[in-house]
Order: sequence, then structure tokens, then C-alpha cells
Amino acid sequence: MNLKQQFKEGLLTKNPVLVQLLGMCSTMAITTSLFNGIGMGLSVTIILICSNVLISALRKVIPNQIRIAAYIVIIAGFVTIVDLCLQAFLPDLSESLGVFIPLIVVNCIILGRAEAFASKNGVVASALDGLFQGIGYTVALIIMCVVREFLGSGTFGGGILNGGEGIRILPEGVPAMLMVMPVGGFLTLGCLIAGAQWLVKYLDKKEKAKEAAK
Amino acid sequence: MSAYVQSLLGILISAIISENFILVKFYGICPFMGVSKKTDTALGMGMAVTFVMGIASAACWAVDNLILIPLGLEYMQTVAFILVIAALVQVVEMFLKKFVPALYQALGIYLPLITTNCAVLGVALVNAQNGYDFLQSVVYGVTGGLGFTLAIVLFASVRERTDKSDCPKSFEGFPLALIAAGLLAMAFMGFSGLKIF
Repeated sequence: MNLKQQFKEGLLTKNPVLVQLLGMCSTMAITTSLFNGIGMGLSVTIILICSNVLISALRKVIPNQIRIAAYIVIIAGFVTIVDLCLQAFLPDLSESLGVFIPLIVVNCIILGRAEAFASKNGVVASALDGLFQGIGYTVALIIMCVVREFLGSGTFGGGILNGGEGIRILPEGVPAMLMVMPVGGFLTLGCLIAGAQWLVKYLDKKEKAKEAAK
Repeated sequence: MSAYVQSLLGILISAIISENFILVKFYGICPFMGVSKKTDTALGMGMAVTFVMGIASAACWAVDNLILIPLGLEYMQTVAFILVIAALVQVVEMFLKKFVPALYQALGIYLPLITTNCAVLGVALVNAQNGYDFLQSVVYGVTGGLGFTLAIVLFASVRERTDKSDCPKSFEGFPLALIAAGLLAMAFMGFSGLKIF
């Protein structure tokens, strides 16, 4: 599989969140500020790359019957490492993501990639797959964060820019608090997935038209 | 009424309604979306989750307080809990198959899925974080499961209708379900801050 294809699949046509519909819990729960989104996205990407590499390296050693249990233990190990690192070096982030860091263990993206890709492909390909899928996840999270933060608190870059306050775009009182509440998570993700479905179909049609023209 | 019973009732109300596991805390969205096409399968899933969450809370509490904390291994919580849950689901499945075949028939296909349900791991981790004692942990687990059941059954009955309705093509299926869930979450927002005591 070539690189460009893999990248495109991770980012759009097989985006873990927007097209494969995996890892919904964290996508909706923590996307209230840009800082959270980037932190969560990067944590998942790192864990995804590490677990993909290790699982791919061990794919011939792990007996088939207990492979799921073995994958979960490997993933849980990496999640614990990342969790402890965040607690030590980025306590603010660790605080605001809370229980959703340890819950990465049961994030279906990671187990899904382990089962669908890492268990069948070589180490390098699996690492790249982890990287691209992780980027796809991160991008989806960032879009969610930007939209929800803009509509919900009227700011951009909360947690990082402007001393953690974020840059104010809408004046106070205009934004609808609703969007940073759980409701906003469902609504934003619903619209985003609809948008992604439309885009994938549109690109598909364009490609077919191109082929027909040839 | 003693303060302890009040704390149990407080946990009960918040787990079922004001801090509903799915609609407010976002634990267990995958089965919520995946197994909510029909009301009766949704009910089956809800029962299975409630059952496992109750037992998992008890087992994880025991592992945490009797093994991990005395040995100073709290940082192993995530790994230990997920192993306990995976083993537990396996045992529950075998036990039901042997001794309660009727219940096994009803829950059968949903049981293995529960291992990767973040509501179960979530409840164990939250119990440990909040320092709940044994009874509080079990009450939180069971009532959290009931909250899950309430949300998934309500949502399934909404979804049975939305699936047949006309909507823009891009919104068909999943996106429309998410919007419907959002409206349901909005209704549950009305309960936020609800405190009886």
C-alpha cells in the first residue's frame, strides 16, 4: 500500500471518527477546548503507534485464541505509561481529561487497528498506519473543539493561547453554553459526520467522472 | 435517616438521572449507538451491562483495596481493572451458559461486547477515584447500569421512528441518530443540579 493512499485513508476516506465511527466517547466528552483536543489526539496517536508496532512485532508469537486479551494488556500498558507521563509533566491536561485518559484502553480505534491492521502487516507499515489513523483522529477532535469552543464559549484556542483564556471572538453573552455541554457534543458530531459523508460521496463521484472521461 | 443512607440515595439519583452515564458523562457511546436499533435488543444490552457493571464494581473494589493499595501498586489500576473485567465477562458468560441458560440466551451475544464498553471500566475507575466503600461502589455500578438502560431504551424507541423518516441524504443513519441523541441529552440537561438532599 502506498504512503499517499494510506495518508488519505487515515485523514478522510477511512477517518476513524468521521467514517469508521470509532472512539465516539472521547470524541464527544473532551472536545470543549482546543488544548484538550490536541492533548487527547496526541496521546491516542502515541499509544496507537506504540501498540501497533509491538503487536505487529509479536503477531507471530501471540496465539490466535487469546489475541484480544493480549492486545488489551499491551494497550493498557502503554496507556498507563502515557497517563503517568501526563500526570507528571502536564498536570493541567491530565486534570481536565480526567478518567478519559485511562479509558483510552477501551477506545475501539486502538483495538480496531490492532485487529484489522497490525496483526496482519509488518512493523513499519503498522507504525505508519498508527500515525495516519492517529492524525485522522486528532484532526477530527480539533475540528470538534474549534466548532464547540467557538459556539459555546466564543473563544479560540482555550487552554493554550492568551494565557489559557483563549482568544475571544464572540462577545460575552452571545455564545450558547449549550454547545460545550454534552448536547453540543452530539449535535456537532452529528453535523460533522454528515459533512464527511457528503464529502466522501462527492469525491467518489468526481473520481468516477474523471475515469469516465478517460 | 442516617447520613450513609443519604449518600447511597444521592449516588442512586445522580447515576440514573442527573449524571446519566451516557447522556451526561459520555461513557459507553459505542454500544449506545450500535445496539439501539430495536427496543428489545436495547433492553437486553442494558440488562447485560447493568449486571456486569454491578459485579465489576464489586470485583474491582476488592482488587483495588485488598491487593493494589496494600502493595502500593495504585498505578497498575488501569491494567488490573481491564484484566478483571475481561476475566469477569468470560466467567459470567460461562456461568450463565451452564446454570441460567434462559438468561444466557437473552444476553448471549451482548456479553462479549461488554469488555470493551467504557462504562464498565469507567465505573471501576470512578469508584477508585472517589474513594467509595464497597456498598457505595456496588450501588454506583448497578444504578449507573440502570441509567445506561434507561438512556438506551429511550433512545431506541426514538430511533425506531427516525430511521423511517425523510431527511437530507448525508444525514441518513448515523448522523441523524446523533442529533436525536443530542435532543435526548438536552432533555436530560433539565435534571442537572438535581439534588434531593
